[in-house]
This record gives sequence, structure tokens and C-alpha cells, in this order.
Amino acid sequence: MSSVAPATGGITTNTAKVPGGGGPKVANGRFTINLRQSGIYIAFAVIVLGFAIATDGKLLGFQNISNIIIQNSYILVLAIGMILIIIAGHIDLSVGSVVAATGGLAAVLMVNLDIPWPLAILITLVAGGVIGAWQGYWVAYFGIPAFIVTLAGMLLFRAVAMQVLGNQGVGPFPDQIRTLANGFTPGTLGNVALGPLGGADIITLLVGILACAGMVVMQLRTRQARIGYKQSVEPFAMFVVRNVLAIVVIMTIVVQLARFKNLPWVLVLLAVLVIGYTLVANRTVFGRHVYAIGGNLQAASLSGVKVKRVTFWLFVNMGVLAAVAGIILSGRLNVALPGAGQQFELDAIAAAFIGGAAVQGGVGRIVGAITGGLIMAVINNGMSLLGASPDQVMLAKGAVLLLAVALDVWAKRRAGASR
Amino acid sequence: MADALLQMRGITKTFPGVKALSDVNLTVKRGEIHAICGENGAGKSTLMKVLSGVYPHGTYTGEIVFDGQECHFSDIRDSEKRGIVIIHQELALSPYLSIAENIFLGNEVVHRGLIDWNKTNAQAAELMRRVGLVENPTTPAMEIGVGKQQLVEIAKALSKEVRLLILDEPTAALNDEDSAHLLNLLRGLREQGITSVIISHKLNEIEAIADSLTIIRDGRTIETLDMKADNVTEDRIISGMVGRDLEHRYPPHESTVGAEVLRIENWTVHSPTQQGRKIIDNANLTLRRGEIVGLAGLMGAGRTELAMSVFGRAYGVDISGRIFKNGKEIRLRNVGDAIRHGLAYATEDRKRYGLNLIEDIQRNVSGASLEKLASGGWVNENKEFEVAERYRKDLNVKAPSVASVTGTLSGGNQQKVVLAKWIYSDPDVLILDEPTRGIDVGAKYEIYTIINALADQGKAILVISSELPELLGICDRIYALSAGRVTGEVPRAEATPERLMQFMTKVKE
Repeated sequence: MSSVAPATGGITTNTAKVPGGGGPKVANGRFTINLRQSGIYIAFAVIVLGFAIATDGKLLGFQNISNIIIQNSYILVLAIGMILIIIAGHIDLSVGSVVAATGGLAAVLMVNLDIPWPLAILITLVAGGVIGAWQGYWVAYFGIPAFIVTLAGMLLFRAVAMQVLGNQGVGPFPDQIRTLANGFTPGTLGNVALGPLGGADIITLLVGILACAGMVVMQLRTRQARIGYKQSVEPFAMFVVRNVLAIVVIMTIVVQLARFKNLPWVLVLLAVLVIGYTLVANRTVFGRHVYAIGGNLQAASLSGVKVKRVTFWLFVNMGVLAAVAGIILSGRLNVALPGAGQQFELDAIAAAFIGGAAVQGGVGRIVGAITGGLIMAVINNGMSLLGASPDQVMLAKGAVLLLAVALDVWAKRRAGASR
Repeated sequence: MADALLQMRGITKTFPGVKALSDVNLTVKRGEIHAICGENGAGKSTLMKVLSGVYPHGTYTGEIVFDGQECHFSDIRDSEKRGIVIIHQELALSPYLSIAENIFLGNEVVHRGLIDWNKTNAQAAELMRRVGLVENPTTPAMEIGVGKQQLVEIAKALSKEVRLLILDEPTAALNDEDSAHLLNLLRGLREQGITSVIISHKLNEIEAIADSLTIIRDGRTIETLDMKADNVTEDRIISGMVGRDLEHRYPPHESTVGAEVLRIENWTVHSPTQQGRKIIDNANLTLRRGEIVGLAGLMGAGRTELAMSVFGRAYGVDISGRIFKNGKEIRLRNVGDAIRHGLAYATEDRKRYGLNLIEDIQRNVSGASLEKLASGGWVNENKEFEVAERYRKDLNVKAPSVASVTGTLSGGNQQKVVLAKWIYSDPDVLILDEPTRGIDVGAKYEIYTIINALADQGKAILVISSELPELLGICDRIYALSAGRVTGEVPRAEATPERLMQFMTKVKE
């Protein structure tokens, strides 16, 4: 492509010197953003540690870790879709109702109509997509603000849920669904003794080790590629510290789970979704277009981004993920209820904003939304362990949400004032 | 010799890392019209923000003496109480409120806690008469033109018993007729004893109206001139503003013009908001390889609308006409089509339409051509970095790295990023809408150099600009647009500002 670059030899002589590549200096812009973005992980670590101490370690007990994951999996699934929608500058208030409608549909298909569960899941996911397409049409092509469309959807799909279920709970679900929502990977290879920690499942440990190895290999390859292109990278020591920390966290959780009942299937599902969607958000043209739309709608459309199409598919995606959450939720409860999923939209939205999404759109990360969701989950769980009442828990969650967004706005204002 | 109404002494205002104002002095005499000139970024607006209390006392050093008293304004209300009213370039009217409501917004005519509408409208009518605005006071502000909205702003200022009226680029968005009316109004206000400070880029207007003039450059006062006594001319003002000779503002360039690349025939565009109104009327244009073509026109002539409607129908409805690329007719139904056919359009307002200000340089440069960096939908970020880094160096974007967020860059560097984005899309035709608006002289020179280099590579370039000297300085051929019609086509050798202005103001016979 070098022919594209203009021959501006005359004016390139006074180019400012760039800080040498490979040094510890990180470019200014990126560094401040990273600091703002990484604040959420530090906050998460502090909250986890605080509750671990306050509960005498009960928070990190093997059964409790397992419970936190299983009890919040559907919110985390929703948060993945929600953060993408928020990055694009929209919102989805209907996900709680869509969870109920799709969960209800899955129940009717499997329980009342005896349709084989794989087919029933497929139909339910497609139905979720159709619901998303309905909302995406009004938002993207008709031009009604997502707030209104999905507020209407909140009512509409609650009505659908009631209709589908005939206003009563439908269950019980086939075993496979219950296993997906509530169950654990089988311990085919048996247990191994971990000294004072007791027996732990070999498969779970192997999966954990493989995940860590995969992570390190991926990061090393990215790093090598960046060096190959003469880009600045973090110092090797920092790279090692970061990876060791990540391995410690992952293996702590994995070992705890291996000592309990192995890996919850929903954790496996979540991991796949998080990795997949992180790649989509950061590395694909579609993901880039989502950020571009949220950052500056007009500039994106004048750069050839098909704004309507991208917006439409974001809502389709949200619908499908809501269906996934619907199946998990009703599978876990072993009954689909017309009133299920109430206020899930608020939890998912809160997770996204606590996780660093910007109110104006254009900013946010999948991992951030998951962390935001986990912060709320840990507060919920930790306070319950401490015997706090529901109103106290709600108070704490509300305060955390407000504080997180206030910090974001404050940081932005300071960044703006310094120009 | 009249005494001083306002004295600002030794004003220094620092932002983190930047000294915006450095020991600036300004003396405005009672009852005069005082012009402030300076390039964009020279510090004019900052100075006015200091004066009006937007930057409160304590955030700057130096003193402000108004009417013999030292002032410590802590906000705009404070300065307005003393009779200092600033009218910003972007008008601040509430579109759905009536003219009268806008005039008294924040200053309502109240009787026992309720608004007295009769009195409001009557007083508004009186103020409107003073500014020469013939409209019903109850008309919503959005239904009147920009020129009249400007008058509403002035009426609003009068309602506050203004003593010093500050106008920031008051005629920037006005046509000639409205501008003339506004200038007359300012003269009238001067007779009534109202002192005005006018910030303007339009030097002919300053020459016509101002009594004295302060030139600011790089955050410093360069000089204060008495317009009559010092016999000030436009050239005199320009040399004070830029601090360099006029001849060196444009890099020398000889174009090698080749075959026709783009031909636009009988292009007609209708307004999306006003039904049936033609914005572009039967326009014909031809762009050739290696040629820099200018598009001149006054505000409202339809320059941007023409460019955007051609660029994949990004503007307008009911568009008719034909476009030929290299002799073959093409259909551009959306922006994607236009980009695929080798068109690029760098927008007029880079902050609103050109850049994703919260993203870094790298992601902005790749914004219009991600497909080129991707295989199977996956973006190669390393290649993307390499591309952005190359343009950062080639175009001399002053930023520590391509990871710098574009919102933190200066106007000139932002414009370079926009240019990089479109150069990387490898177009045959580049439409540059006001490529140097709001950027400083040095950066302008660099932008011109880039434009020349692009022409040398064989690209066809259409430059839209409000500044006639700029078009005369860089273009090989200039089209003039007036009320949506192409009224003239002038080769560089025959082009003079007067000749172009004749075409630009030509009305339908």
C-alpha cells in the first residue's frame, strides 16, 4: 500500500521523536484509559478480599464459589449482550421479559409438546433471535429510540410469557437441561489427592491447566507479533506478573471447584461466550463498527459503516442471549414461570455500567461487564453471608452503581478540563 | 478622547500544559466598536471567557477593570449583572420557545410569581423594533432564519441593559444581507451609547465597522490599532495576525492534469426537511486526474449538500442526475458504494462528522477501510498499527503515538487524522470540505502540502472552502455555487476574488 501514502518528504523532516519502542513508557492516551478501565478490576479485588475477610473465608469456600457462578450465570449472559448494545449507544429494557418468554417457550416445547431437548433449544434460540429482530427493526430501521421500543417490549414479551405458559408454571424439565443449568462436569478420570486440600477432580484440574496454558500461549503470540511490528509492549516483568496473577486467580477457583463437584456446566458455557464475544468485539469488523457507531454515529455512517444493519444485528444477538439465559434460568428452577426474570434488565444494565461502559456509548468491554456483574454478585452473596437484610443489599448495590458511573463522569470531566 | 470602559491588564490563563493567554492587555473605550482579530486558537475566545466569568476569578492572573471598578466575576450571571453580555458563535436559543420567551429566558417578566405574558410580548416587540426584527413575538425561534435568530440574541442582550456587548463571530453563519443589517444595527447601538467588542474573521467587516482593533497572536497581544488614525488595511491586519508574509501562505505547486475521472451531470437534490425545495439545482461538474478543483460559495449555497449528496446520498431526498466515473455511469446508493467506487469525503465539521473522538488515532485511520485490514471479518491489528503509524509519520501528526485519543489532539492534527483515514481508503476522488477550518497557519500549510502531494499522485481533488484566498492559492480551477446552482467555472489564471464573488452572489435571472 505504500503507493497510497503521499510523498510529503518536505514536511516530514520535523516529525516529533517517538519514545523508543520496547521501553516501559506507555503512550499517554492508552495508559490513562487503561487506568480508568483497570480501576474496576482493582475494585473487584478489594471487594472480594474485604468480604473474604469479613466472612472468615466463607466467601471463597468451594461450595460458595460454585453457588455464586451458578446463581448469577444468566445475568452474566445477559450482560454480554447488554454491553454491546450500550457500547452502540442504545439500551435494552426488555431482556427480563424476553427471558421469561423464551424460558416459557422452552418449557412448553419440552414439557407439554415433548419435543426432543436439542431441537427445543434450537427453536427457543431462534425465537429469541426473532424477538430481537422485532426490536432491532423498530430501533434501527424505523428510528424509534431503543428506550421506548424495549420499554414496550418489556410489556409485550411479559404478555407473551403469560400467554405461552397459560399464566402458570410449567415443569419439570428434562435432566439434560437441568444438568446444563445446575449440574457439573462428570469426574470420569477420578480424583487426585492434593495434600491437605483433600481430593480434587482430575478433569477439572486439567481443564484449568489447559486454560491457563492457552491463555499464556495466546498472550505470548500476541506479544511477539506486536514486537515483530515494532509496536511498544509492556515490559516483560510486568507481562510475567500479570500472567502469574491471572493463573493464581484461575487456579484458585478451579481447585476449589475441583474439590467440590467439578466444573459447573454454565461456567464452561460462560467461558466460551466471554472468549468468543471478546474476540468479536475487539478483533472483528463487526465489533469495530459497534464501537465506531457508539463513538460517533455520524462519523461512522459517513465512513461507510452500515449503521442500521449493525444495530439490527445487535438486538438480534441480545434476543438470542436472552433466550440462552431463559433456558438456563428455567432449567435451574426446574420450572418456567410467567413472572420469571423480573428486573434482570436492571441487573444486566448495572453490570455493564459498573464494568466501565460510558453513558454516551462508544466505550466498554465484555470482561468489564462480567466483572461488573460479579461485583454485584459478590456484594449480594457476601452481604447475605453476613446476615444483611435485602434492603441493605439493595442499598449497597445502588450505591455502587451510582459511585461507579460518577467516577467515570468525573474522570471524563477532568480529562476534558485539562485540554 | 473617550475614557476606557473596560481594561483587562496582564491577563494570563494557563491550562494544564498550555499557556492559552500570556500577559494579554485589552482596553475598550466607552462607546466604540472594538474588534479583536487573531487566528483560530490565538486565544480570543479564552479571553472573552475570562472576561465574562466562564473562567472565574482566581483561575487566571491579571486584573479586569470595568467602568473604573475592579471586577471579580465568579460566573456569567455576575458579569451580566454588570452589563457585560456575550453572544456566542453557536446561538443559544431554545428552538421550541417563542421569540419573546427566548428574549426573557432566565429574566422573565413576572407579576406575583406568574409570568405576565402581555407585558412580556409587548416588551419583546419593543426590543425587536430596536434591533429591526420584523416578526411576531410569539413565533417559535426555530421558524426564523439564522440571521433573525442572531437579532433575537441581541434583543435578549438589550433586555439585560447591556453596556458592553461581545459578539463572537456574529456574521460567520449569515448571508451578506443579514450581515449588513447586523453591522448597521451595531452602528445604531453605538449611537445609543452601547459599547461592542466584535470578534471576527471577516476583515472587510472589521474595516467597515470597527473604531479600533486589537490583534492577538499565540495568546499574546500583538498590537492595538486605531482604525482611522493608523489607516489600517486588510493586509495590515493579516500580517499582524499571521506574523508572516501573505505570499508564503500557500506552497507553490504545478499540477499535471490528466483525463476526466468524475463527471456529475444534471445533479438535482431536494431538501429533506422542506418539501419541494431544491437545494442543488441541475449542477454539472467535472474532476480530472491530478487536478485540484475548488468549490466556492457563500453560506447556504449548497456546497456541503452537493458533496454529501454525491457521496452515496448522505444528504438530501429525491435526488436526480447522473455520475460518471472514468466515463462509465455509476450508481452510488449509499456511502459504502461511494467508497467502493473510489470516492472519499472529508467532512466540514471533523468533530461532529469526521472523527470518533474517544478512540485513538489507529482506529480512526482504519475507520473507513477496515475491510482492507481484515480477512474473513477478523481485523489484523498489527497491520492496522503499521498503517496508522506510517500515516502518523508521513502526515506529521503531532502525537506521541497512534494510541493517542483523537479528542486530545489539536485541530490541525485531527484534520491530518481525517485525511489519513481517507487517503488510506485509496480513493481516486477526494472531496475535502473546509479542510483547514479552525486550524492554525502552520498546520494549514502542511495540509496544503498534503493536498498537493495527493494531486501529484493522480488523485482528483475537490476542495470546498469559505476562504476565497485559500481557493485562489491552491486550486487549478474553481467552480462557483450560488443558491444550489453552478454559476461559474474559472481557471486559476483568470480567477480573482471579485470575479468569484460575482458568480457566488449571482441570482437566478
